[in-house]
Amino acid sequence: MLLEIDDVSLLYGRIQALHGISLTVGEGEIVALIGANGAGKSTTMRAISGIRPIASGAIRFEGEDISKLRADLRVRRGLCQAPEGRGIFPGMTVLENLDMGAYTRRDRAGIAQDLNRVLELFPRLAERRKQAGGTLSGGEQQMLAVGRALMSRPKLLLLDEPSMGLAPMLIQQIFSIITEINEQGTTILLVEQNAQQALARAHRAYVLETGRIVKSGTGAELLHDPSVKEAYLGVA
Amino acid sequence: MTTTVNPPTPEQQQGIGTRLRHGREAIAQRWHDAPRWVRWAALVALIAFFYALPNKEFYQYLGPIPTTGSNFTQVLFTVSIYVLLAVGLNIVVGFAGLLDLGYFGFFAVGAYTVAVLTSPSSNLKTLWPWLLVVPIAIALTMVSGVMLGTPTLRLRGDYLALVTLGFAEMIRIAAVSSDFLKGQRGFNQIPHPPGKYADGKPFFGVLDARPYYWLVLTLIILVVIGVRNLTHSRVGRAWISIREDEDAAQLMGVPTFKFKLWAFASGAAIAGLAGALFAGKQNFVNSQNFELLNSIIILAAVILGGSGNIVGAIVGGGLVAYMIERFRGIELFGVELYEYRFLFFGLVLVVMMIFRPQGLIPNRRRAAEFKDRRKEVIVGE
Repeated sequence: MLLEIDDVSLLYGRIQALHGISLTVGEGEIVALIGANGAGKSTTMRAISGIRPIASGAIRFEGEDISKLRADLRVRRGLCQAPEGRGIFPGMTVLENLDMGAYTRRDRAGIAQDLNRVLELFPRLAERRKQAGGTLSGGEQQMLAVGRALMSRPKLLLLDEPSMGLAPMLIQQIFSIITEINEQGTTILLVEQNAQQALARAHRAYVLETGRIVKSGTGAELLHDPSVKEAYLGVA
Repeated sequence: MTTTVNPPTPEQQQGIGTRLRHGREAIAQRWHDAPRWVRWAALVALIAFFYALPNKEFYQYLGPIPTTGSNFTQVLFTVSIYVLLAVGLNIVVGFAGLLDLGYFGFFAVGAYTVAVLTSPSSNLKTLWPWLLVVPIAIALTMVSGVMLGTPTLRLRGDYLALVTLGFAEMIRIAAVSSDFLKGQRGFNQIPHPPGKYADGKPFFGVLDARPYYWLVLTLIILVVIGVRNLTHSRVGRAWISIREDEDAAQLMGVPTFKFKLWAFASGAAIAGLAGALFAGKQNFVNSQNFELLNSIIILAAVILGGSGNIVGAIVGGGLVAYMIERFRGIELFGVELYEYRFLFFGLVLVVMMIFRPQGLIPNRRRAAEFKDRRKEVIVGE
């Protein structure tokens, strides 16, 4: 297993946000984590990337316990998150943002190669390379966040709501790109409110409700599960 | 004969603020497009101007620029110290985005280190030469910066502002009340920097402030070169990313705590250097030199000039310190303007906040961040 989350609990002050959740991500998979607003999806992401400390349990990456490791050291191990929404650097240009993604790396040739790959994946970013990140549209910022995370050449890419606030056309596009990234060899853990798309693209998925995992299975299984259909896919 | 009325050009329709901005951008653009040698020549001329400035043979032709109420050379020294402080604080506030309200406290640590280790009135009676103590003063301020930063920089938000504010007050109160730091009586006979003219007279004397000003000016140039190199390196990129979005910086693998501490300590070191220079010139240091207001003035100078921009910090520091001194000796309706200097200062700040929150000479990125935040506020409404 590339990533194992074992009985992790997390507190925001006195409020318990995660109640002993466990999940795994295998090498080469796309795993989706779906759930309603406030179910603890983003909190799980923060716990994995190390922005929030966990209260109990263990997070193992490539078999090693990283739950006490600083966030920046987790990036060096190959775990990189594209934060949700406006998590880009607004004052830096698109290229500078992408350059920040490669902050932990020193191999110039490899960085240049990955830059080309990202600009190929996201032609819109190539068009706006000299533009400040803050002046991009919501969709472009989202792409920039994903592209920037890719620049660290992660073993595991964490995507927090990559489709948030995007037009349906763009949602399709960004999910195609996610599949493409995965096919090029990057393992992906995806947090999504857009369950339909996420389940259709993911190999496996977990359903999170009020800080607990209530269901898991392959994407296809959950897509046809009656209770998931009712709660997240908007069909009775 | 017919007269045609020209419709207003777009230029005429714009407000004065917009036109001013376009003017500045045009100047910036021309500067940018100028050949390399022109820019170098302009820079050298500017530096030469500032080296020549304290000479009466030169400044007497500068019309209203020399101050009337006080010795212009002395004023220039004070201004240069403020510029150095602004350049240092700009690292902390401008680059790393850390709100330090007690920056002058580090200046005090530098000045007192020199005083305690060199002055005959000190209990220690070490009487070391000034030059030997300068590196010690810088090192000690850096250590005090690290001590202050280590517990507070782990926290986000306003804690740092509160703690630094408390720190500066602590230093001041210690200076006033502790016997070791001599309170109001202070330390006297602090030695000057070394160096003699050919005829044996000391270069750094009591009456002539010019050598001190030249010394500080030289150090400013060196510090600016150093800071510039730093900001164009990985360190600078890390600072800017922390300022723009600390979470995102961490998610990109930037060890944020380490770099915040670095920014804080480097800023402190520059303030320590400024304090040591001040003590070496003044000959006398007591508790009255370190009012809280000074911290606020330097912070305001950085923001006024355009935080995040080295040129902005220099202009801001210079302008603020100079304007305050310029008011001395000017009477209007029977009152000396100097008495009202902080009223003007406050007014200028309020006006700036409304019309130009990014500062006089903003950093390109910083301006974009301001726009971005404004968008966020509107979205949030």
